[in-house]
Amino acid sequence: MDNLSKQRTLLVIFISIAIIYITRLFYLQVVDESYVFFAQNNVLQEQTIYPARGLIYDRNGELLVYNDAIYDLSVITDQVKNLDTISFCNVLGISKDEFLSTFARIRRQKGFSPWKPVVFQRQITIPTYAAFQEKLYDFQGFFVEVRTDRKYKHKSAAHVMGYIGEVTEKDIEKSDGYYRMGDFVGISGVEKVYENDLGGTKGTRYVLVDSKNRTQGRYKDGEFDTAAVAGKNIHLSIDQSLQDLGERLMLNKIGSIVAIEPSTGEVLALVSSPTYDPNLLIGRDRGNRYMELLRDPDKPLFNRPISAPYPPGSIFKIIMSLMGQEEKVLTPATAYACHHGYLFVGCHSHGSPLQLRGAIAVSCNAYFCQVYRSVINNPKYKYVEDAYNQFYKHAYSFGMGHALGIDLYGEGKGVLKKAEYFDKLYGRHRWQALTTISMGIGQGELGITPLQMANATAAVANRGYYITPHIVKLISNKKNPNKDYNEKHWTTIDTSYFPVVIEGMQDVVERGTAYIARIPGIEVCGKTGTAQNPHGKDHSIFFAFAPKVNPKIAIAVVVENSGFGATWAAPIASLMMEQYITGKVDTRKALLERMLKGNLTHKNDTAAAQTK
Amino acid sequence: MTLQQPKPSRIDWITIMLYYFFVVVGLLCIYASIYKETNPLIWDASQNYGKQLIWIGVSSFLGLMILLIDEKFFFAFSYPIYGITILLLILVLVAGTTVKGSSSWIEIGGFRMQPAEFAKFGTALALAKFLSGYNVNFEKDRKIQILSAGIILLPMVIILLQNETGSTLVFTSFIFVLYREGLPGWILFAGFILILLSVLALLVQPIFIIIALVLLAILFLFLVRRTRALILLTFGAVIVAGLMVSSIDYAFQNVLQAHQRTRINVLLGKEVDIKGAGYNVQQSKIAIGSGGLWGKGFLQGTQNKFRFVPEQSTDFIFCTIGEEYGFAGSLLFISLYILLLYRLLVMAERQRQKFNRIYGYSLVCILFFHFVINIGMTLGLMPVIGIPLPFISYGGSALLSFTILLFIFIRLDANRVNELRGTAD
Repeated sequence: MDNLSKQRTLLVIFISIAIIYITRLFYLQVVDESYVFFAQNNVLQEQTIYPARGLIYDRNGELLVYNDAIYDLSVITDQVKNLDTISFCNVLGISKDEFLSTFARIRRQKGFSPWKPVVFQRQITIPTYAAFQEKLYDFQGFFVEVRTDRKYKHKSAAHVMGYIGEVTEKDIEKSDGYYRMGDFVGISGVEKVYENDLGGTKGTRYVLVDSKNRTQGRYKDGEFDTAAVAGKNIHLSIDQSLQDLGERLMLNKIGSIVAIEPSTGEVLALVSSPTYDPNLLIGRDRGNRYMELLRDPDKPLFNRPISAPYPPGSIFKIIMSLMGQEEKVLTPATAYACHHGYLFVGCHSHGSPLQLRGAIAVSCNAYFCQVYRSVINNPKYKYVEDAYNQFYKHAYSFGMGHALGIDLYGEGKGVLKKAEYFDKLYGRHRWQALTTISMGIGQGELGITPLQMANATAAVANRGYYITPHIVKLISNKKNPNKDYNEKHWTTIDTSYFPVVIEGMQDVVERGTAYIARIPGIEVCGKTGTAQNPHGKDHSIFFAFAPKVNPKIAIAVVVENSGFGATWAAPIASLMMEQYITGKVDTRKALLERMLKGNLTHKNDTAAAQTK
Repeated sequence: MTLQQPKPSRIDWITIMLYYFFVVVGLLCIYASIYKETNPLIWDASQNYGKQLIWIGVSSFLGLMILLIDEKFFFAFSYPIYGITILLLILVLVAGTTVKGSSSWIEIGGFRMQPAEFAKFGTALALAKFLSGYNVNFEKDRKIQILSAGIILLPMVIILLQNETGSTLVFTSFIFVLYREGLPGWILFAGFILILLSVLALLVQPIFIIIALVLLAILFLFLVRRTRALILLTFGAVIVAGLMVSSIDYAFQNVLQAHQRTRINVLLGKEVDIKGAGYNVQQSKIAIGSGGLWGKGFLQGTQNKFRFVPEQSTDFIFCTIGEEYGFAGSLLFISLYILLLYRLLVMAERQRQKFNRIYGYSLVCILFFHFVINIGMTLGLMPVIGIPLPFISYGGSALLSFTILLFIFIRLDANRVNELRGTAD
């Protein structure tokens, strides 16, 4: 190729490019007239369409949480022009200093862009919104966005539902640009766990706004628009009327109620007392009210039923009964004598000696210390650690010592020590049953959350298995797809060992320590517990299920610092079971009254008086 | 060395007139893009157009000085000038100021300058000097080829380290210079195929491209007279292309920065983001498109007045031309720009000195590259790479460096008849 033709090659390249560009220009400027239109309507405004958040219903389809429209004043700072600051401040009712500091704050925000809308003032009142809408054309760059906040129909189940709030900077970063400052997301409870289902997907609409801030139409006929996808509706497994009764019964008491449907693992009621009105955590004052709740010495934000471990007390005797049989060191006919206790563990007066069923009914401490001793000192195992590991394995299989995996944040593990713990404490092989004997009656190195108690009860009611307890029953009317919530977790106890224990539990209610928990016409099986509390009065504990055949409900009740299990926990559990099975509580008016009015905190005496 | 001044008649006045035409159009566009009714004075030095006016003055003075200098000066001092520009580039790496993510600025007093701009003519001079030396045969001598590549690559690497991708890419335009000096045409063609494959690799799954390439190769071999060498060559090419396509996909995901990926995706239409990376381009297209056939007239553009197009006085200056002067104005503008390039190409080819010719080609290629990328970007045909439109865009460093680049060549050209015909061809 000679040099002239090289020069010509370059020239051909130059001219080809020029022709391509001129053709493109011809297309943009002469052929496609839409650009003229875009330029006339010269501001391209991105409007976010907020999806409606999914509604939350109870298990019977009763609406619990719905949405409420709120109005946010947003601004695209680059489009603010010729603003009459004084008039603007008057409409909003803010001072000029506030105006300037708000602007300064907006500009400092992470990810601030002058071309993107940011919230200038959150949740303006409806009169302000109306006044503002009238003068909108004076305030270029500003516009009102409609979005939704939550409203709660009932005052109950605050801990289950959780609340929503503004997304944090961290979440904004993680969301890869989806969330922006001021968006609402679930912060706790079901709102948070099911954020992806409830939240829906935001849509975007590009509109053209003229220089007077009036919408002129869609950009490119909505070619770039995306529709908002509404959040999915959720049905909780909670029974609203049961939940409500539970919260009323626990008023002025500290403690928890957990009720589970044994056959499905669905949580029917989850009461944490003291609680708070979920409607406190909505609206503009959310932040302040949250801080108030946080500072409250009664810790109303603390979700006791899933996170607080208690010594299980006598209810652990049920687990011991099953474990002893499985380990072949106990039969229903095994009898032990009781002379007001076993070594340093005391016992109350009752007939002696007793067999297993009778021992459960009267909750004999000595009997279960013997059972514990025979399990831990089982001659089948050479070392105490191996025997203890069996104990650990069985207790673990009932859901103790680990988080069960309920669909709520903050679930506690409870306390269940491994053999290594005692090795460390006493030395390898240097401990045995007597060293840890109090565990046989549910004291000592044991801790169990009310949720774990209810779950263990469900496992007994099911004669050997449980389904992981969960709060959400249906998502968009389809069964909760979580695999854990749809399969049986078998305990290490053979099904054949359950009947005698269940008979014993029935005796507890029919003629034993929890006579008060009888419900006319329903076979209730339960067990009282009184957990020793080093910090004060004992905790009253009761767990039960009913009916005996095809159980509908398994329940655990803990009333802190209230004494014996039979005093408060058993009657409350009984009323709850009656409510759930029969749909009403009207057979024992006096008992109901006494429980509702019982005030163990003596804080709200005046308030309690008023509710009469 | 006697100071030998060119006769005014030998200076190429057409080029100088075109230069001033573009500089004035640039000034008017900068003025229009930040014009406010309340502040109409074009010589207000606090505004960018006032500053640009000062820069035009400085550039004119510098241009005049260059025309007065003995043309042998540039030949003699090519390497020192190159050395100084490289040193400045390194200095920036050490003590640079970061502006919009690229740390390519150096601040002296109140003035900011971008040494990357000056590296262009430094490199052009050094390359011209090197290739015009005695016994230098670029076509045949492998060592010369490697050293030439080194002269070009050194500033590229340093500028890339400054995170200034746009300016780095400008240096690829030297490939046309090398082509003129004997680089085989197939390399240019291969480069073109490379770009084509790269774009394809980002649009289509690499595996499909490889399958298509294999099929094409088989078809090709089926149609032509097969020799052993041809078969080997064809499959060799397919394998190389296949490896390249796969590695481009990898490089795209792992080497490029996120914002660069987004820009390319937006350009290829894989990503629609009319508020983020695509915002500039979308607004730019609206501004240009709204100009219509005849334009809205000087200072009448609404898009630029409301500042919808970011960077309008620098990288997106062509929007103002498109909007205010319409298709007619744009057509005229592009034609005149091509005329300037053509003029310079003719001038370069008529040089007797190899040094002058190579320098001239470097100038043409650099200007052409800026022109293609900058205008292509405003039209949505090229990725958004922030490089200025020579003589038009706002910016002191850019205007000065392009002026120097151009006027050195005008000076060299003015002296051509005094020179004996240089070494071969």
